[in-house]
Amino acid sequence: MPAVSKGDGMRGLAVFISDIRNCKSKEAEIKRINKELANIRSKFKGDKALDGYSKKKYVCKLLFIFLLGHDIDFGHMEAVNLLSSNKYTEKQIGYLFISVLVNSNSELIRLINNAIKNDLSSRNPTFMCLALHCIANVGSREMAEAFAGEIPRILVAGDTMDSVKQSAALCLLRLYKTSPDLVLMGEWTSRVVHLLNDQHMGVVTAAISLITCLSQKNPDEFKTCVSLAVSRLSRIVSSASTDLQDYTYYFVPAPWLSCKLLRLLQCYPPPEDGAVKGRLVECLETILNKAQEPPKSKKVQHSNAKNAILFEAISLIIHYDSEPNLLVRACNQLGQFLQHRETNLRYLALESMCTLASSEFSHEAVKTHIETVINALKTERDVSVRQRAADLLYAMCDRSNAKQIVAEMLSYLETADYSIREEMVLKVAILAEKYAVDYSWYVDTILNLIRIAGDYVSEEVWYRVIQIVINRDDVQGYAAKTVFEALQAPACHENMVKVGGYILGEFGNLIAGDPRSSPLVQFNLLHSKFHLCSVPTRALLLSAYIKFINLFPETKSTIQEVLRSDSQIRNSDVELQQRAVEYLKLSSIASTDVLATVLEEMPPFPERESSILAKLKKKKGPGAVSVNELEEGKREGGELNGGGERGGDSSAIASTPSPSADLLGLRAGPPVTAAAPSAGSLLVDVFSEAGVNDDGFLRFVCKNNGVLFENQLLQIGIKSEYRQNLGRMYLFYGNKTSVQFVTFTTTVTCPGELQSHILHIHTWNSLEPLIEGGAQVQQVINIECLTDFSDAPLLNIKFRYGGALQNLTLKLPVTINKFFQPTEMASHDFFQRWKQLSLPQQEAQKIFKANHAMDTEVLKAKLLGLGMALLENVDPNPENFVCAGVIQTKAQQVGSLLRLEPNAQAQMYRLTVRSSKDTVSKRLCELLAEQF
Amino acid sequence: MIGGLFIYNHKGEVLISRVYRDDIGRNAVDAFRVNVIHARQQVRSPVTNIARTSFFHIKRSNIWLAAVTKQNVNAAMVFEFLYKMCDVMTAYFGKISEENIKNNFVLIYELLDEILDFGYPQNSETGALKTFITQQGIKGQPQTKEEQSQITSQVTGQIGWRREGIKYRRNELFLDVLESVNLLMSPQGQVLSAHVSGRVVMKSYLSGMPECKFGMNDKIVIDKQGKGGTTDDPGKSGKQSIAIDDCTFHQCVRLSKFDSERSISFIPPDGEYELMRYRTTKDIILPFRVIPLVREVGRTKLEVKVVIKSNFKPSLLAQKIEVRIPTPLNTSGVQVICMKGKAKYKASENAIVWKIKRMAGMKESQISAEIELLPTNDKKKWARPPISMNFEVPFAPSGLKVRYLKVFESKLNYSDHDVIKWVRYIGRSGIYETRC
Repeated sequence: MPAVSKGDGMRGLAVFISDIRNCKSKEAEIKRINKELANIRSKFKGDKALDGYSKKKYVCKLLFIFLLGHDIDFGHMEAVNLLSSNKYTEKQIGYLFISVLVNSNSELIRLINNAIKNDLSSRNPTFMCLALHCIANVGSREMAEAFAGEIPRILVAGDTMDSVKQSAALCLLRLYKTSPDLVLMGEWTSRVVHLLNDQHMGVVTAAISLITCLSQKNPDEFKTCVSLAVSRLSRIVSSASTDLQDYTYYFVPAPWLSCKLLRLLQCYPPPEDGAVKGRLVECLETILNKAQEPPKSKKVQHSNAKNAILFEAISLIIHYDSEPNLLVRACNQLGQFLQHRETNLRYLALESMCTLASSEFSHEAVKTHIETVINALKTERDVSVRQRAADLLYAMCDRSNAKQIVAEMLSYLETADYSIREEMVLKVAILAEKYAVDYSWYVDTILNLIRIAGDYVSEEVWYRVIQIVINRDDVQGYAAKTVFEALQAPACHENMVKVGGYILGEFGNLIAGDPRSSPLVQFNLLHSKFHLCSVPTRALLLSAYIKFINLFPETKSTIQEVLRSDSQIRNSDVELQQRAVEYLKLSSIASTDVLATVLEEMPPFPERESSILAKLKKKKGPGAVSVNELEEGKREGGELNGGGERGGDSSAIASTPSPSADLLGLRAGPPVTAAAPSAGSLLVDVFSEAGVNDDGFLRFVCKNNGVLFENQLLQIGIKSEYRQNLGRMYLFYGNKTSVQFVTFTTTVTCPGELQSHILHIHTWNSLEPLIEGGAQVQQVINIECLTDFSDAPLLNIKFRYGGALQNLTLKLPVTINKFFQPTEMASHDFFQRWKQLSLPQQEAQKIFKANHAMDTEVLKAKLLGLGMALLENVDPNPENFVCAGVIQTKAQQVGSLLRLEPNAQAQMYRLTVRSSKDTVSKRLCELLAEQF
Repeated sequence: MIGGLFIYNHKGEVLISRVYRDDIGRNAVDAFRVNVIHARQQVRSPVTNIARTSFFHIKRSNIWLAAVTKQNVNAAMVFEFLYKMCDVMTAYFGKISEENIKNNFVLIYELLDEILDFGYPQNSETGALKTFITQQGIKGQPQTKEEQSQITSQVTGQIGWRREGIKYRRNELFLDVLESVNLLMSPQGQVLSAHVSGRVVMKSYLSGMPECKFGMNDKIVIDKQGKGGTTDDPGKSGKQSIAIDDCTFHQCVRLSKFDSERSISFIPPDGEYELMRYRTTKDIILPFRVIPLVREVGRTKLEVKVVIKSNFKPSLLAQKIEVRIPTPLNTSGVQVICMKGKAKYKASENAIVWKIKRMAGMKESQISAEIELLPTNDKKKWARPPISMNFEVPFAPSGLKVRYLKVFESKLNYSDHDVIKWVRYIGRSGIYETRC
């Protein structure tokens, strides 16, 4: 490029600029500029011709004024005139003015394009370069339209100078980026690809940027570049540092070109051709080897260039993810960098390792560095590096080291920077959940998390704990105990109070046996935190209180007192006030059975994506590793989430309690469900065994509505009503999948003698053989009781789901007690009847251990659900319950009397049933013994 | 209350920094510089809130004065104080410039200590201040011990603006009525808006503690007197009295008396002070009329003709007349012909400036200019800013007349007739514009 000679320096321009610089105030500057503009206007007036020099000078001044932020609305014509000058400096200023100032819709664009065309077709390489630069700088659509056809020709023409080729390649890249539809490579493709073989390294470097961009859009057309790139790379890598002369940078041969080549290769899968692949692997190995060599120079530029290539090579290795040997080597190399003096290197090493950790080949190798990474987390001075270390720990975590990593992260959390705390909290929560083998460990971890960094624990985290505790019976007791202990700290975080309130409200009964955590103590503990909490937490606590009333009737008066106090019932917050008023009324008006049903234990939460995982994804932190990897982990964690798949607990179809909804489900519309905890975890694949499932059956002795059966595919709900000896049962079949069930048939059978004369069953409406995904169908069954019975009818369901035949048999919950008519009677009447039924076969008695807490209200509710009348003030011992009722069958009426004597100390019950028919007594006794 | 006060030069360097309260830190100084002085936007709000700190600023030529507070103060009070502070500084060392502030920084700190106490404004009456804040360069009679001992009681007393025992051989009194007239007129000569804001400035050199009474042709007073029985003919000259829209007084004026009798009576401070300020909007005498004529000849030429007519008594002479005719932004050359005065195209201001030294009443003068334009790419039309004018006339455009100024001094032996009184009227242009 011709240098600007001394005589060419524009004195007028220099004076003007120094005048502007010396201006004391904005106003003075504006005055000076106005004066200069008027001067230029008078010069450009057109009566006298200006020479090239002055034109250039004034255009320069205009450009300077424009760059100072003033509008320029003239002088464009003069600039365009400069383009046709033969002097380099004048042409250069003209192009400069145009690339800065001319907007694409200017009317001058035709003139400009013309000038550019002339320059492009000239044989002068400097002029061609100037024109190409201008096209690239303007880069508008009009430019692309005018020159997109011309530039590829210049690029591949044999007689084009190397420097022009370079400019042409970059110019084309720019046009392609702004308007890809106009740049059609078509016939040029192969010739462009062959630029990779060009002698001139500069051309190759420019061309490779273009090729990388083009091949990202249409990889197939540029496939051939892979082998060329590999051979080019191997030539560079294997060359001695002196071979490439101009392109050797601090003893590293062509570092930029190498990086670009490696990046281009990352656009393609590993080459299929064995020879090419072998060569590439050889190259990568050489690069890894070179990293081990002692540095040829102490200069930082040398190591920077070397490491740039190395990191790009490692990304390529990670991208291929198929060479275990290379992956492990890369990992080891990065391991060395982990302790490097350079902070930047440590950062890059941690970042690359994060991606390495997700590869199956190198995961183990990455894990060997755990100590170093933990150390980095603790001692690193740069927060961004610490963040990467935390990300890497998260990425390398698996079942084997989860406990250690979570513990380290927790301990780091206490001192962590505020900016990354929230993300750390999420990560700890996810890891704890994902790799939890032992749920008490999980609960401990999360509670610790809340204790250490309560402020950063988002809603999702504590929602998740509650979901898991609700869904897993085995941790409920432990959770209640731990939470209770955690709450005893003098200052606990509000999130802890929330979790505590919820869990104690649900499962406080599990630890109520211990006098140190008796109901009243629990309540007082929770209430001591009440006044320090925000409104939503208080609302939650109020719900917990009403749950307490249900769980522990002895706390009722205390809690009612609290609810009645002015600070609650006249609270200025409408939500709190409403809760206080409603709960107070509920606790005083509702009968015990209503209370018990309303304040039932929460049904298990339906299975869904972990909310915290979703939140982390949303945050899209750089440490979010890859989403795939997380999801893999999620599948692994299925064991944990499997809690929701058990069919034992029932859950209403429509009630998918969202965590933010009313936590105690008081407003949930769907049928209230019982929550008798199932004895054991039911096998998920119920269908494989065709056996009769009577688990749900027993739960329906004392109630008429609920979910009879549920698994991943199907949910069966029941609603039933009985009058005298007649009954009607509605069965709801819900398809939980998104696929339709075909040939869906149900049959109700009465085994043995039941069929013939005891029970008469009539299916009212037949079902459609199809159930669409997510749909629900209804079936009605009419039942008539002829005489008393002890067996139950069977419901058989057959359907095809995804081709496989599913077969399921369930006991229909039709029991003799459904046909009870309650009978009210006074004390002496009762004992008179009792004595009348004194024949030994008329009485059935059973002594059994309590399965559930001996709560009077719950017991009352259950006895009422049985269908008999609960007689108050009959038994001399107020602890005991007595009931009376008549079973209505078509053939006869069977009077029955019942007496239940709980023994709180021994946790035992004695149940006595007397009825006029011996079979009835026996059957009732059997049924009821399972209920308490 | 004011937490601190800073003075900056045009570059944003701090010249004076005085902090009165602990809630204002040193970083407030930088915050103002960064956010206001170095702000990119051209127009700056006089009140800026940065990080819960309020900055009130005014600008005098290239000097920025900023008052800072963290509290919710009365903004009008703060600005009144800032203006007062400017007056005080001007009274002490003349023009407010970077040079003067640097030269007098000790004095300024001393003044700041006096006129602001813990952020509360104190006595800022220049006359009173000058009795006890004396620097070299401030001319003042050397004070006796006796006089010095009186300063405290005088400054804190009922009449804080005047000390006792002043004696002059000649009792003299100067009274200036200074008005600025503002106008916006349509090209057709219709008055779109006009008002006069005026000040009555006095210089008094009177002995003792004189009681003064000032009278002017206030419409309310005249009408009252008219009803009172004195048969003054109101329609004699057509403009006997003026309607004052609003007015403010110096603290020495007894407001209670003004409220009840609408008479202005006061004990004047010694030296120069502003007795009152007022504003009128009715029956304004417009001293000049501007008649513009602009013709566009093609795309590259513009012909402008402007006629000015003076509209007052032929015996009076207007001075320092300047007419400013804006030119389009693409002007490439200007030819001007004028009959009177000098006219020049000032490229740096994008205007033709026509100056006339003096002009008698009921005269008329004309300028014509040919403006050559450079064709531009933009189709933007020229906005045609209004033609503005500056002048000075020896009468009050509002029509205000001083009817009397009586001086009573009971203790010393001089009467109203012994006082030499000088009255002067000066009318200046404010924003005096005519659209074209």
